[in-house]
Amino acid sequence: MSRTLDFLKAALLIVLALFFLSPIYIIIVNSFKDRQELYDNPLTLPDSFSFQYYVEAMDKMNFLSAFGNSLYITIVSVVLIVILSSMTAWMLVRTDDKLSMVIFMVFIATMLIPFQTLMMPLMQFMSTLTNTLNIPMYNTLEGLIFMNIGFHSSLSVFLYHGFIKSIPITLEEAATIDGASKFGVFWRIIFPMLKPITATVMILNVISIWNDFLLPSLTLIDTDLRTIPLSTFYFFGEFTIQWNLAMAGLTLTIIPVVIFYALAQKHIIKGIGEGAVK
Amino acid sequence: MKNKNKKKWYILFTVPLLIIFTTVVIIPFLIGIYYSFFEWDGIAANAKEFVGFDNFVELAGDERFRESAWLTILFTVLSVITINAIGLAFALLVTSKIKSANAARTMLFMPYLIGGLILGYIWQFVFLDVFTLLGEVTGLDQIFFNWLVDPEFALFGLVFVFTWQMAGYIMIIYIAGLQGIPNDVIEASKIDGASPWQRFMRITLPLLMPALTISLFLTLSSAFKIYDVNLSLTGGGPANATELFAMNIYNEIFGSGNYGLGQAKAIVFFLIVAAITLTQVYITKKREVEM
Repeated sequence: MSRTLDFLKAALLIVLALFFLSPIYIIIVNSFKDRQELYDNPLTLPDSFSFQYYVEAMDKMNFLSAFGNSLYITIVSVVLIVILSSMTAWMLVRTDDKLSMVIFMVFIATMLIPFQTLMMPLMQFMSTLTNTLNIPMYNTLEGLIFMNIGFHSSLSVFLYHGFIKSIPITLEEAATIDGASKFGVFWRIIFPMLKPITATVMILNVISIWNDFLLPSLTLIDTDLRTIPLSTFYFFGEFTIQWNLAMAGLTLTIIPVVIFYALAQKHIIKGIGEGAVK
Repeated sequence: MKNKNKKKWYILFTVPLLIIFTTVVIIPFLIGIYYSFFEWDGIAANAKEFVGFDNFVELAGDERFRESAWLTILFTVLSVITINAIGLAFALLVTSKIKSANAARTMLFMPYLIGGLILGYIWQFVFLDVFTLLGEVTGLDQIFFNWLVDPEFALFGLVFVFTWQMAGYIMIIYIAGLQGIPNDVIEASKIDGASPWQRFMRITLPLLMPALTISLFLTLSSAFKIYDVNLSLTGGGPANATELFAMNIYNEIFGSGNYGLGQAKAIVFFLIVAAITLTQVYITKKREVEM
């Protein structure tokens, strides 16, 4: 008796979860339908699976180029964020003086600043750097990476800081006596121990950088520099009336996310849970 | 000698990040405060005119800004309630001993990974086509119609979609909190004859306060600063009925070209965000139960 009840509960929960995800189902089925079919009933499965809208959407969104840009920006930004913020956090924790405390406090305090407060002066400053000092900040992928590092360092330093505090210092002292340099101590002994928090930092930053729209929309002007959210935005502005085409485009943008989720699902859920508890 | 060496390492480890951080966050923040005291159209060749606190006086009387402030507060309050209620309900469901709990958890978290911009577009279609269809089929066309074209309902549409995006994320945080509650406390209460409801109100909920603090902080600040979903779902429409704070600032600066006034709004926005989140963290921290 309780067996059937358990089964019923399990089934109900799955139905609930499926219902929750139904908008994604709706997008996918309709991306295969032609106009008439779509307006007849948006909830049924398509009569036939034709990929014509996908081919068209890929072309119109310049999808492969956008995907490449997104991938490049996300990977390089996240790797640099991990390296720079873990090193900084370690030094701040292990140097017990006023300066370190002040730096850490500034990092924390700036987490309260909304992006909208910074966007205009940031753009002014970046174009000044580009025009007067010839540092190519504006309208380049590398410039965007530079800004990503700046915006995501507060949270990353904060997470590393909390984690490093819980590591006993004795290990490092032993290595230092053995004559290893600070650099060696950090990379050979400390960094490997930071693995769990590094996973959290990476996941949080990947999600936020991959999906970021406003910052790239302000810095990237050239069409061939567009990231996935940017090309979706411009594509949608043009083709809203053609819903089947639009939905093929949306499905395309979801595919990389689903693959990422399928590969790293356990780490993602664990990483986010741990990141929040800290 | 040793001290000097130490300093050298300190610089080597921290300065690269500090330079980037200062360039991207600190300097623009300071320039931003400066800009808010000027009247300027954003064109480099045109002069900036110092106007003192005029921008701040002007924004206080700006009808559209006040309207968007009110909408933002309404949106935030509604979203914080729905996201936390649904997130916690999900967390309780998937931590119970149901076989499909893991699979359900994986699925419920999914929307959070899809960016706000894309979510907004997905839901535009759902409201446009599926909601209308549901209205026709069920006859409940008072409930199921395209919310987004109705000035009264569009904001609820925004709350709806934002809840869909965030509930799974908040669920994960509550799950972490629930798993941190020691089993023996729960067992003891069972032996003492507490009903499930009593157990939830008297034991689970108080011990969940740390998770609640974090969840409230995250939902509060992200709801208050929402932009992407706002842009793609309603674009601020119909007739500015859903133009929230962040979008109002964007439109003032880059739409109308009032750089000084827009930046003054952005500074006020920062002050409000800081005040609200700090107050909230302070209040809930005080109520956390120490184990």
